[in-house]
Amino acid sequence: MKALQFERNLPRYAAARLAGSVVPGWGGAWGPLRLRDTDVPALPTPEWVRVRPRLSGICGSDLATVDGRSSRYFEPIVSFPFVPGHEVAGERDDGSRVVLEAVLGCAARGIDPPCEACAAGDVGRCERVAFGDLEPGLQTGFCCDTGGGWSTLLVAHPDQLHAVPDELSDEDAVMVEPAACAVRAALAAGEGDVQIVLGAGTLGLLTVAALRQFGRQGTLIATARYPHQARLAKELGADVVVDPDEAHRAVRRATGAMVIGDTLTRGADAVVDCVGHADTVATGIDVARAGGRVVLCGMPGTVSLDLTPLWHKEVALVGAYAYGREADGRRTFDLAFELVREADLGRLVSATYPLDRYQEALEHAAAAGPRGAVKIAFDLRNERERESL
Amino acid sequence: MSRPGFVLEVDRSTPPVVFHHGDTLRLERLPVGRSRIVYPAEPLEGLKDPDEAIRQALLNPLDSEPLPALLAPGMKLTIAFDDISLPLPPMRRPDIRQRIIEAVLDMAAAAGVDDVHLIAALALHRRMTEAELRHAVGDRVYDAFAPDGLLYNFDAEDPENLAFLGETDEGEEVEISKRAAESDLLVYVNINLVAMDGGHKSTATGLASYRSLRHHHNVHTLQHSRSLMDRHSSALHHSNWRMGEVIRKAGVKIFQIETTVNNDTFGGDRPLSVLQKREWEWTMADRASFIGLKAGLDRMPATARRKIFNSWKAPYALTSVQAGDVGAVHEVTTQNVHAQQLVPVEGQTDVLTMGLPYICPYNVNSVMNPILVMCLGLGYFFNLYRGKPLVREGGVLIMTHPTPWEFHPVHHPSYIDFFEQVLAETTDPVEIEARYEKSFAEDEWYRHLYRTSYAYHGVHPFYMWYWGSHALQHLGGVIIVGGDVRAVRRLGFKPASTLQDAFEMATDVVGPQPTVTHLHNPPILLADVT
Repeated sequence: MKALQFERNLPRYAAARLAGSVVPGWGGAWGPLRLRDTDVPALPTPEWVRVRPRLSGICGSDLATVDGRSSRYFEPIVSFPFVPGHEVAGERDDGSRVVLEAVLGCAARGIDPPCEACAAGDVGRCERVAFGDLEPGLQTGFCCDTGGGWSTLLVAHPDQLHAVPDELSDEDAVMVEPAACAVRAALAAGEGDVQIVLGAGTLGLLTVAALRQFGRQGTLIATARYPHQARLAKELGADVVVDPDEAHRAVRRATGAMVIGDTLTRGADAVVDCVGHADTVATGIDVARAGGRVVLCGMPGTVSLDLTPLWHKEVALVGAYAYGREADGRRTFDLAFELVREADLGRLVSATYPLDRYQEALEHAAAAGPRGAVKIAFDLRNERERESL
Repeated sequence: MSRPGFVLEVDRSTPPVVFHHGDTLRLERLPVGRSRIVYPAEPLEGLKDPDEAIRQALLNPLDSEPLPALLAPGMKLTIAFDDISLPLPPMRRPDIRQRIIEAVLDMAAAAGVDDVHLIAALALHRRMTEAELRHAVGDRVYDAFAPDGLLYNFDAEDPENLAFLGETDEGEEVEISKRAAESDLLVYVNINLVAMDGGHKSTATGLASYRSLRHHHNVHTLQHSRSLMDRHSSALHHSNWRMGEVIRKAGVKIFQIETTVNNDTFGGDRPLSVLQKREWEWTMADRASFIGLKAGLDRMPATARRKIFNSWKAPYALTSVQAGDVGAVHEVTTQNVHAQQLVPVEGQTDVLTMGLPYICPYNVNSVMNPILVMCLGLGYFFNLYRGKPLVREGGVLIMTHPTPWEFHPVHHPSYIDFFEQVLAETTDPVEIEARYEKSFAEDEWYRHLYRTSYAYHGVHPFYMWYWGSHALQHLGGVIIVGGDVRAVRRLGFKPASTLQDAFEMATDVVGPQPTVTHLHNPPILLADVT
């Protein structure tokens, strides 16, 4: 079967890092990612099922992996060779459509009794992602035993699968997983009169939608670098959309703050950073109010910053990873389905590519902003071998 | 003998015309056979002895007792004067205000008046710096009054120093400087650069708070000011005149001193003198001068150009001074403004072109940001008419200006937010007024900067936008040539690289082969359109 496979190959990894630093997405052409004809993954246990991806998204964390920018933190919880792709809308052998909840927690790993987090339904915090029936891998798409979305077939534990209602399109379905991450971040932000989302790529836009859907109806500010992002951010519920350089001024106006030096006397109740660079984390801390909170949504990079404002203003800096079960007891994925439906999020899929054109797909995804796009996905529906697998 | 302004029909022999393009210059050709250029008059000769003219005006006022008769020991005297926004460009020393204030103070001293305050009547403009105040009133006056806090900028946000005088028949609240309101005599020192200035507007606007100003600085009033340079047809002026009546009835005695200057903006020395010379009369030396000037400006960085132009002082000459009753004085002043500026023009055209210079009332010693470009073009230059606009309804305005996406962070902080947040949402002045004005006007930080720094008031960018609302209603399109594309689009206008491209684009709105009028300025003119 066809699959994009990421191998452990240090020289190629170095080449990917170099290429990706020149042109984002070029790591796909120069790095360890290759389109291969591989064996169909075996079912780890009889419980497991086969899923044929229909659409599979390209995430920012995938791009970081392809361009050699991933943190070394993940090395022990990734097993090679793996097939990337954790944003999957697929179909089972019986033709029923499903969305993949990619985290490989205790249930998927056959670990009983489950860890405390999995017992509470919070699979994103699973303690056992390197143990059990599978090789290490925090999610499908990073584990050598499961395959991944960037292929014509993967395997999944039934606990990972959510049925797709008929009224949702494949485009809607492929947005559910990233929407779940956004819901997680929005709920971590808590309530507030003034909230700001930094970044209006896929995750930023989804977070805007999630804050509007599930948060208190205060003033919601978003930063967007490109006109199409600004337009979508407004459509999805942002009250004010500004250029990233204008975040301080926008929060100042919304809160009526004064300015002492470069510091606002009042700030946003919550900041959701969907970019994860040093300057956006610093901005987030700067524009948060004393006692406010900055949520890191989406995989950040390694940053160096002055934490004095965080300390002085007693700002909480928290991560929002993946999904699980939220404070009201609902599963994040259920909330994500609701969000996708209400906000018509399938429209954020800007372009799709066959696996053969993966290099173009990755370059497009890496340059989505300047190219007027949001989500780029692989389209596996027309792969000839699907029917014979 | 100075020649009057006139209209030149463009034909094949018409040389390229100078267009101001901010702090650079362009030479442009206008379409032959369907274009005309409105040229301003040459500068009138100034009064031979300005100081004597001033003295005579104070001693022989219109509909008033002579100034010495109004001065007595123990009285409270306040002298208010026009701020940094006049004249444009700033004039060479001694400024007219200095001459007049010194004359008034000499008479006041002779009368034994010792309670004197001097107030820069800036309304919601920015505070003047020490250097700017010294330039306006002279070192002698500054050193005598400023150190004791007796010469200062009006603070429209100081609740302790505002006096509510009542309402007009139309419910317009009148609130002005308490010092001015409670003085025995308010002497107002005006410079009438354009016909919009002066009259009751001096005190009713220059010394008024936001509570008062909002009654005429609003979209409806400005849409019905046709034009701002013709007070009889201007809703803005009607409101100010009503307020002037409230001020009078409240017992505020005003001794108005108004002046007019000629339009000698660039003087008689090259290279700048070339800019106010009619192109077909350029000598070889003029041409060489212009080429050198343009080449030099084009090569300089923007900061250097700005520094050069900001340091230019116009050699304006005083052409008239009159004092006394506000109304009586202003009638004479207006006649003198017209004598210098009025140019008869027949009919309207499809397209109006104008080169916008580097300066407007609100960027003296500062940066002309895109909002000010709009205000200068659509607010001021578009309104340089009496009768009807130079361009027909539904016509196109083409302006040349670099329109940099650049703001002075100290002078124009609220403008930055207005441009980034308000204009990003809408350019409709009605919607802007309804949705955003109040929050900017009452923003504590902007208020703080207005009162303690050198910032225009939080509401000021709104007034700039409203200033162009009559033009926005009237025009079918606005094109800016040579401007920053993103900035021009943010203003809601269309960018063009060249004037020829702009003419091409204009045909989408006004049809093929449109007629064109070019407003040749500066220096300023006032088109009397019939």
